[in-house]
Amino acid sequence: MAAYRSIRNLDWVLLLVAIAIAGLGILQIYSATIDTAWRSAWWKQAVFLASGLLVMWITSRIDYHTLLGQAPVLYAASLALLVLTPLAGSLVWGSRRWIPVGFGFKFQPSEFVKLVLVLLIARYLAELKSDRLEGRDLWKLGLLVGIPCGLVAAQPDLGTALTYASIAVAGVFFGGIRWQHALLLGAAVIVLMPAGWFVLKDYQKARLETFLDPMKDPTGKGYQVIQSKIAVGAGGIWGRGVARGSQTQLRFLPVAHTDFIISAFAEEHGFVGILVVFGLYFLLLMQIVQNAQAAPDRAGMFICMGVCSLLLFHLLVNAGMAVGRMPVTGIPLPLMSYGGSSMLSVFMMLGLVNSVRLRRFAA
Amino acid sequence: MRHLRAEREPDSLPARTLFRDETKFAAGKIAAFQYLIVAVFVFLALGYWDLQVLNEEFYSEKAQQNQIKSLPILAPRGKILDRDGRVIVDNHESYRLILSRENLRPAHLRPIALGLNLDPGELEAKVRRYSKQPTYFAIPLKEELSLDELAFVEAFLGPSGFPELELIKSQYRIYPKGGLAAHLVGYVGEISDSELNSPDWAHHNPGDIIGKTGVERYYNEHLTGVDGQRQVRVDNRMNTREVLGIKEAVPGRDLQLTIDLDLQVVAELAMENRRGAVVALDPRSGEVLALVSHPSYDPNRFSSRITAREYASLVQDPYRPLFNRALQAQLAPGSTFKPIMALAALESGAIDDDFTVHCSGGATWYGRFFKCHRRGGHGTVNLKTAIAQSCDVFFYAVGNRLGIDTIAHYAELMGFGNRTGVDLPGEKEGVVPSTRWKIRTQREKWYAGETISVAIGQGALTVTPLQLAHAIGGLAMGGVFMRPHVVRPGKPEPPVRKADFNPENVRKVVDGMCAVVNGWGTASASRIPGIEMCGKTGTAQLASNDLLRLKNSSDWHDNAWFVGFAPPENPEIVVAVLWENGEHGDMAAPIARDVIKAYFDKKQRIERLGRQPASLASALLQPPDPARSVR
Repeated sequence: MAAYRSIRNLDWVLLLVAIAIAGLGILQIYSATIDTAWRSAWWKQAVFLASGLLVMWITSRIDYHTLLGQAPVLYAASLALLVLTPLAGSLVWGSRRWIPVGFGFKFQPSEFVKLVLVLLIARYLAELKSDRLEGRDLWKLGLLVGIPCGLVAAQPDLGTALTYASIAVAGVFFGGIRWQHALLLGAAVIVLMPAGWFVLKDYQKARLETFLDPMKDPTGKGYQVIQSKIAVGAGGIWGRGVARGSQTQLRFLPVAHTDFIISAFAEEHGFVGILVVFGLYFLLLMQIVQNAQAAPDRAGMFICMGVCSLLLFHLLVNAGMAVGRMPVTGIPLPLMSYGGSSMLSVFMMLGLVNSVRLRRFAA
Repeated sequence: MRHLRAEREPDSLPARTLFRDETKFAAGKIAAFQYLIVAVFVFLALGYWDLQVLNEEFYSEKAQQNQIKSLPILAPRGKILDRDGRVIVDNHESYRLILSRENLRPAHLRPIALGLNLDPGELEAKVRRYSKQPTYFAIPLKEELSLDELAFVEAFLGPSGFPELELIKSQYRIYPKGGLAAHLVGYVGEISDSELNSPDWAHHNPGDIIGKTGVERYYNEHLTGVDGQRQVRVDNRMNTREVLGIKEAVPGRDLQLTIDLDLQVVAELAMENRRGAVVALDPRSGEVLALVSHPSYDPNRFSSRITAREYASLVQDPYRPLFNRALQAQLAPGSTFKPIMALAALESGAIDDDFTVHCSGGATWYGRFFKCHRRGGHGTVNLKTAIAQSCDVFFYAVGNRLGIDTIAHYAELMGFGNRTGVDLPGEKEGVVPSTRWKIRTQREKWYAGETISVAIGQGALTVTPLQLAHAIGGLAMGGVFMRPHVVRPGKPEPPVRKADFNPENVRKVVDGMCAVVNGWGTASASRIPGIEMCGKTGTAQLASNDLLRLKNSSDWHDNAWFVGFAPPENPEIVVAVLWENGEHGDMAAPIARDVIKAYFDKKQRIERLGRQPASLASALLQPPDPARSVR
């Protein structure tokens, strides 16, 4: 059967929604950086979008079973890259997360590890005969995810490490965790939380403290959240218009084209604009869920739901942080935030989802 | 990969049924996950609804404020003038580099600190300290910039560099050369954390320059103006687009002191290279004419650029240059106390006019031998001779007759043991011992032998130079004690104490004091031709703890005191001199003589010329090199 080869079978809704979100992102990057040193960022982002579409096309052509088969190799390569990053990485904002690849581009390995973990967990769970996870399955999964988590957390990039954890949590949920195990894990997390406090870097502690009380240090750590809330709130229902957001344009809003792009968007397009963006994301996620329901096998389902929960987690943390409902962690808003690695990895994931979809009648 | 498919090989069901079956078990969970997705979107949308719909007005206003930048306009501090209107403390226009907190980027702090030779940690701590203040309070960074700092500022000032850096006009406090009158006028500095938290400075803001000591501190509110604000609308390059409003600064008011700069200079010069203090008062009004404490320091160093090491070296200097000896040195007055003893004895009736004592160089009281300062003895002495020649044996006998509590009563009447109430910060009260005092402080009873020491101004008795001038001035005025002050009060003040001394008794004591200088007394070398000066020398042993500290050094010598006034009837000036380790009171007398002579010389010249004569002071008061401006 060559049904999957038909271009008509691609998830066109998913693709168009993704392009729409990325397009809004590029507009917002253009508006937010119009008067700054990053004013060519929107153009770069457009190039990233085009490359993302290409990567998505290629990924969806590859049978996801092939990728699942290569998952252990990809995993080993990921760990190697994560070990290499602190050694070869360039120092940006006090941490080494990027590896320079020439032509002024940098590559962030931790973004692509997300994809590899989705595959690895999907493979592990699909191979199980039972729809129930045993204790040793949890141990193995914990170890597999824990190693890259630790490496990334040490960069330090706690936000990205948490996204890995979100993939694992979704995995064991769909894989069939026993409720006793779930309770035990939950209890363990609660017990270990205070211990984890001592592992956190000072700035990470400060961020959590700031989350609880932003006014504690309004010019320092609380500055971003306060200015972001002002930007969002000042947008009102209808927004102030493109390139008219005073918070964004007067540079009160920090990193308005990367981590806080949604605040800049909210200021310039208002609550109505936010509802449009949320609607697009909702459509995107529901489309992925639909593909999971239509998946030809468990592995496909796990892949789709892994991607879905990862994107949901990104959205929750990033959009929540902009309005002070989540602590500040430097994780990007998928498809909108400026950055090539994030854009490519999201499109690869959407390509995987499409790969599953294209093979829904293939069994 | 093959094995994944192989798993399904044995299954013979049709493909559609197969995948339905295989994934069916997760269908419920996927449905549950859809609810989770909806819940997340509802949670997020509520967050934006809250800010954008419910609180739009609040945040719009905040955003509006963010576009307005306010720059402080610093109010100049009032000048400090002497009694003739000559400027003692002035301002010099300079530029201050400030950190505007409205444009502050935390990441910029470190490079800014490094570029300006500041400690990055300290700067960050400073920024944190300001966190409770409204953002329009800028943080002062530096007042004077070195060449490399200036180059740094020029390179990075403006929106393309560090938009938070601003240069604003400011007034730099300048003091006369060489620390002249430093202890009197004090110095200014940036308000400290502890001061900010104290109610005394409640309406001051971080970064304010306030008076730290002396007149600068006591009259801070008078001297301080009200800073203004310039509010401007800025564009995204931090360029000013529109001036929204200017609130002009209200300059601080000038302050005229009672100090006569000519006398101050004379006293300063007389104390050069000596440790001690000079206080000159007009006993008729309490006006302080000169107030000197040596060694001194340069108050200019404090204005903004004093380094921690420099400050530490001042604090740790064994001769304590920051210590205002005129109001804070609490030392035994020695024989300068004898006129008070004499008046007390006459007033209380302990002795009469015929009372004499035979001095053979010492006397035994309560089983202990007390020496007189003249080994051979003074022979038979009466009150006048005893004061003039400072006979200890005479006053031992007087002290014995009076008893400690009567001595204490008269000493307190003279103002000892209490602050005089001078309008300067940090005045000390000294100690007047009494039976009650000893029980209260040492839980011990008073021994009569201790009274004998106090009678010649030793023992537990301590006074400050200011108190001594105040006491002898009041005595010479016949018991009218005026509050010493360096700034004229709004309306004339009544005396702080009035004692109904018998004028006859006062005259007898004053006669004795005049004999000290003009007769055959201890300070006869300090006689001024044409002016009748009266006074009393004092030679006081150091307190025992001081002695321990200074052992094995040349600094164990006795303290030399002199207190003098002129003329004997209705005195116009009283001068107290303390020369630490000056050895003998007659060494301190010439200092007072110089000041008193200068006072009358000036008075005569004014009478002759009919105007203010050119003064020594104006030559000395060239302001320090003003070449410290940034632009």
